[in-house]
Parts: sequence; C-alpha cells; structure tokens
Amino acid sequence: MTDTGPVLAADGTPLKKKLAQALFVSRARAFSLVLPLLIFIVASFIIPIFSLMVQGVKNDTYSSNMPATTAIMAEWDGASELTEDMFAALVTDLIQARADKSIGRVATRVNREYAGTRSMFTKSARRAAKLEAPFMAAMLDIDEDWGDINVWGAMKVSSQTLSPAFYAAALDADYKADGSFVRLDTEDRIYVYLFVKTLAVALAVTLATLALGYPVAWLLASLPIRQSNLLMILVLLPFWTSLLVRTTAWIAMLQSHGVLNNVFVWLGITSDDSRFSLIYNMTGTIIAMTHILLPFMILPLFSVMKGIPPTYLRAAKSLGATNWTAFWRVYFPGTIPGIGAGALLVFILSIGYYITPALVGGQDGQLISNFIAYHMQKSLNWSLAAALGGILLVIVLAIYWVYDKVVGIDNMKMG
Amino acid sequence: MTPENLEDAFVAFDHVQKSYDGEVLVVKDLNLQIAKGEFVTMLGPSGSGKSTCLMMLAGFEVATHGDILLNGQPINNIPPHKRGIGMVFQNYALFPHMTVGENLSFPLEVRKMGKSDREAKVRRALDMVQMGDFINRRPAQLSGGQQQRIALARALVFEAELVLMDEPLGALDKQLREHMQYEIKHIHEQLGITVVYVTHDQSEALTMSDRVAVFDDGVIKQLAKPADLYELPENAFVAQFIGENNKLEGVVRAREGENVIVDLDGGMTARALAVNCGAVGERTMLSIRPERVSLTDDGPNSTDALVKELIYLGDHIRCRMSVSGHDDFIVKVPNASGHKHLIVGENTKVSWQTEDCRALDA
Ligand SMILES: Nc1ncnc2c1ncn2[C@@H]1O[C@H](COP(=O)(O)OP(=O)(O)O)[C@@H](O)[C@H]1O
Ligand SMILES: [Mg+2]
Repeated sequence: MTDTGPVLAADGTPLKKKLAQALFVSRARAFSLVLPLLIFIVASFIIPIFSLMVQGVKNDTYSSNMPATTAIMAEWDGASELTEDMFAALVTDLIQARADKSIGRVATRVNREYAGTRSMFTKSARRAAKLEAPFMAAMLDIDEDWGDINVWGAMKVSSQTLSPAFYAAALDADYKADGSFVRLDTEDRIYVYLFVKTLAVALAVTLATLALGYPVAWLLASLPIRQSNLLMILVLLPFWTSLLVRTTAWIAMLQSHGVLNNVFVWLGITSDDSRFSLIYNMTGTIIAMTHILLPFMILPLFSVMKGIPPTYLRAAKSLGATNWTAFWRVYFPGTIPGIGAGALLVFILSIGYYITPALVGGQDGQLISNFIAYHMQKSLNWSLAAALGGILLVIVLAIYWVYDKVVGIDNMKMG
Repeated sequence: MTPENLEDAFVAFDHVQKSYDGEVLVVKDLNLQIAKGEFVTMLGPSGSGKSTCLMMLAGFEVATHGDILLNGQPINNIPPHKRGIGMVFQNYALFPHMTVGENLSFPLEVRKMGKSDREAKVRRALDMVQMGDFINRRPAQLSGGQQQRIALARALVFEAELVLMDEPLGALDKQLREHMQYEIKHIHEQLGITVVYVTHDQSEALTMSDRVAVFDDGVIKQLAKPADLYELPENAFVAQFIGENNKLEGVVRAREGENVIVDLDGGMTARALAVNCGAVGERTMLSIRPERVSLTDDGPNSTDALVKELIYLGDHIRCRMSVSGHDDFIVKVPNASGHKHLIVGENTKVSWQTEDCRALDA
C-alpha cells in the first residue's frame, strides 16, 4: 500500500466505495420503512397545503371561460373610456359562455368583486346571440349599468388568473382594477376582527388551561402512583367521551336554566331573571375549548414535572428558601419547557378550532375557522377560504418562529 | 465527647418514633445524643430507617412521637427552611438551571445577604472544595465527583453548624468515593461543624466517623466508636453486619465469672466472654473474627477443622473450613514467612483465645 493511494478493502476495491455500498443497503432499508408514511404525508398534507396556497391566489373561472374579454382586459388600464371593441368581445364571450353553460360561474365570480352584477351577466347572456352591432348601444339597452366603469373594473380583476384579490378580501381590503388596494368601510370589515378575536380566544384558552392545568399536573406528578393513575383517567376523560355526549352535557350544564345557573341563583350570586348566558356565545366557546384542550396542557406539564426530582424542593428548603421561593426559583424554572410545549400546542390547536365554536359558540362565538368552513361549504368561495387558511398558516408559522426565538423549539418537551 | 443528657447535646432524639402508614413503626423509640463538632454516622441496611431519621431532623418528615432537640430546643414545629441545617443529597440536587455560582449564592440570597458578601462567601466555599474555576459552569457540565463537591460547598456556604448527608457518595465509583471520604472528613475537622452522615457502607462509616449508630429495622443496635464496633460488638446483628464474622451457635451450660461455657451444636464445648448472652440453658451465638483464629492446638478453645477452600489474597490466605458443623468458618492465615501451608481436604486444628470469642444474643 502506498502513502498516497486510497485505502483498499481486502478484495481490492477502495474502502470508501465499499463502505458506501454497505451503507446504501441499510439506508435503502431504512428509507423503505418510512416510505409509506412519506407518501401518506405528501398526499394528505403537503399537496393539499400547497394547493390551498395556490387556490388563494389563482382563479381561472373568468379567464378560461371568457377568453376574448380577458385578452382585452389585459390591455385596458381600468380607467379610460369603454370602447366598442370591449363590448364586442363581451358579446362574443357571453354567447360562448352561455353555450358552455359556464355563465353562472362567471357571473358569480364577477359578483364577488362587485356585488349586484350577477343578474346583468345571466340576463345579457340570454339575449346576446340576437344582438347586432354596434354592441355598446345594444348592451346598454339591455342594462345601462354596462356603462359603469366599476363593472368593467370588476371584470378586469376577475380576469386575472393570478391575483391578490382574495388575500385582499381576507384582510378586509378591496383590490381595484388599477392595482391599488382600498380598505373596506368600517361596517364591512369582518376578517381582521375575526383573526384578532380568534387569537384572543386562543390566548384566553391557553391561559385558562395553564392556570387550571398547572396545579393538576403538579398533583399528578407528586401523588403516589395509584391515586395519580385515577386522576390521570379524569384528565383524559374528555378524550374518551364522544363529542355529542360532551356537547349535550355542556348544554345541560351551561344553558340559562342549566345546572350551573341554577346553582348561581340558589347561592344568590345572580337573580332568577338575570341568569348568566354561558352557552351559544363567546363564553360558551371559551369554556368548552378550555375543557377539551386541558389535557394537551396537562400532559406535557406532567411529563416535565415527573422528571423534576422532589429533592430539588427539599434542597431549596434546606438552604433556607420558603415554600414560595423554593417553588418560584427552583421548581417553576424547571417546568418552563413543559409550559412552552403545552402553551404552543393549545394555542395552535385553538387557532384552528372549528367544531366546538360551531356547536356551542352561537353567533358571537364563531372563530375564523368557522368562516373558512362557511366559504368552503356554503358560499363555495374556495379561493377566499384558501386565502383565509393561508393567512392562518402564516400566523401559526410566525408563532412557531417567535417561540423558537424566545424559548427555543429544542427546549420543548412533549413527554 | 459523648453527651450524657439531653440538655448538653447539640442534637438529640428523645424517644422518637415514626410511622408512615399508621401500621408499621419505621423508627422505634430512637434515642441519640450528638455533641457539637461530632461526626456521627447512621449505618444500616437499606430500609432500616436511617433516611427517615435524617429527614425528621431536617424537618421534611414529622416524628409520630417524641422530640427532636437542637441546642436543647425542641424543633418539631420549626419548618425546614428555618432550621438552618445544611444538607447533602445522594443525587446532589444541584439546581440545573443555575450555574455553580448561582447554586451557591442561592442560600445567601434567600437570607438577603448583600452582593459583595455573597460573592466572597461563594468564593471561599468553592476554594474549600477546590472548585474555584468552575463557578460559571452548569451542573450538567460537571462530573459526578465535581457535582458532589459543589453540593457539599452549597451545604456549607451559609455556615450551617449542622450538616446532614444522606448517602452522599453512593453514586460515585470506589476510588473517588474513598478520596471524597477523606475530603469530607478533612472539612469536618477544619470547620468544626457537626455532621450526621447516613450510609449503608460499613467501611465508609468506620473510616469517617467519631461514632457510628448501627441501625436495624428502626432500632439502634449499637452506638459506639468504630474500633469498638468492630472489636466489641454487643449483639449478633452488629457482629455480623460489621466486618467479617464467624458465628457458632449453642446453648449456655455454665457461667464462670466473666465467661460462659457453651455447648456448641456441633458437639464441641467452648469458653467465651459473656457479653450479651442469656441465662444457663438459653441459646447463644459465639462471634469470632477470622483474624483472631490461629492454626494451633493450644488454649481452652481448640477443635478439629476440615479445609474446604483456599483463596490466595497476597498478604493473607483466606481459608474456608468446616468447624463444629458450620461450613463457612473463615480463617485468615497471614502470609508470613514459615506460615502453615494448608491443602484442601486436609484435617487441621484451630483455636482462639476466650476473650476473642464473644457470646452474644442468639
Ligand atoms: N415517604 C414514605 N412513605 C412511606 N413509607 C416510607 C417513606 N419513606 C420511607 N418509607 C419506608 O420506611 C422504611 C425506612 O425507609 P428509609 O428511612 O428510607 O430507610 P433507609 O434510608 O435506611 O434505607 C422503608 O421500609 C421504607 O419503605
Ligand atoms: Mg436511605
């Protein structure tokens, strides 16, 4: 063997190559083990999220069905005079769209940009085939609103396949044909307030679960095994009861003639005719979500506390610390990774919580996810739903980022 | 050195009993007086109640009955943080989120001491355990032995007069343990503090302590200086627990002043020192240390022995024999020039002095 040449294995091949061959087999085996999960995650998580992000900015309902106006709209600046060419293109498109039976979808699309225009499209499309030039006059004859430049602006916005219109709408702004954004009037704004409300509810639920869960986790960690197992079953009970049973129970507990209110009246905390509204509003949402999410706070806290030797507290006391000082300076810092993990888990779950607000939230207790669901299922405005979901995703990522900066993700203990 | 009454003692257990479950007494009528500056070790098998005694003294467990006195004052109702007792735990219990310096500073901070005082004291305590360079490290960055030193320094930094240690060296390897034994002993002498030390390791107890309390099942079986414990055990438990012991069982036939004559179960008759045996006709256990047995045929206690096993240990040869029906009779034959060479299976004679053979409770 020379000093400079590669090290050779017994059969003469270079050792590096031999090692790579040997490792390849074990790597391939390891990879084949995770492959099913990888495929599943890609198919059920990554692709849907990607398509969601795309949906939020891409909508070709108009451009694919109304090619002639789409071409002309690209030229038009959104402000200058309407021309005969534009009307001619519109008539061509309307005839074709009616034949294709896509006019309804096109009308809905434009209607989202400018409410009240839907019937103009369906009505005009029915009569478009019989129209003769000059088309501008003919169209104005059908509906004089065709002369409204804002209608054409809405068409221009709709005709853009890639547009920030839905994200703008999700942030209570209007994307104009000239490319500017205008904030909606105060009374029309919904979503920013909803995002803020959702975050506030998530924060409230996180704090409530922390306040309720911390002592329970401590008890779980310090009780003898038999009692702590029993307590653990109580903690996990929400997981084991069906949602409908729980909802029924909440209604029985929380409604205005429910158990809780009866107790309050009996105790004299409130009078019979001014009972608290604890359900079908924000209070109901927070109470129910706190209940459901409590285990997600308790379990990480418990596992962290379980790992703190009881001798720490004894050591602190033997060194002269009062119970409170021992807790605050020695025990509590040790539980911070658990608080971080639990808070992050509960907060992020709350941000996207849907079913509980839908069941017990009433009008006032609806959160952003309920509106996303509404746009997915009722209004069928998928692009807006996607934009709202995309913003939610960004918020969640931002929270992760802040958490990582402040506490550190690798500081987190799940159990 | 040993305080005679409760008032003179620095630490005193006065008829202390302890039960955790209301059914079993874990500590049964404990009486123990410890003088100022003394190093007393509680030695006993696992589960014999040593830690419980220490925890009662520290204030983490409440005595079910009886008083614990510190400086003549009952301390049963004083909470642990006001007792001013330093404590070293087996797992060190260093606070992981604090540096070494912060750990040591903690007891001073809770005593509202000024910053400069604190720093000076922390320095001094660290220097005492030769860990001055480690002030900014975290406990996780230290080895077991280093953590142990820090734990020791932390228990000493607020100048406690009484320091309790519960198996502090239990997690260290043998060599480090022996080194730390020496250091703890050294610090004890240097500072003049009182130490109550718990261990189940008899050699640790014998090398470090002024006095050793041998625990068994919640009772102090003997409280004595290390040498007395080994040479003058008062009962069968202590004789068996401390060092190596040959036991021979039999019935007391007669008393002759300080001595008794015992009919051993194997047929032999032996003379022994009457230390703790019953009246004539009662059973007794004779205890003889292996190094006090000689391979000769003279004296009042001489009998036949069959060599079963020989183990060469360099300075001596350990010889297991069958004597008076006991197969595990050990004799240590010093590897001196001209010593008797035994072979396995050989019949020989063994003998011992009457004063080396102690008749104890059966
Ligand atoms: N916190 C406790 N609760 C109930 N029993 C205990 C507790 N601590 C110790 N014991 C019991 O008391 C006995 C003595 O224990 P301990 O004082 O720790 O013995 P040692 O330190 O000598 O090994 C043991 O039988 C043990 O099981
Ligand atoms: Mg113990």
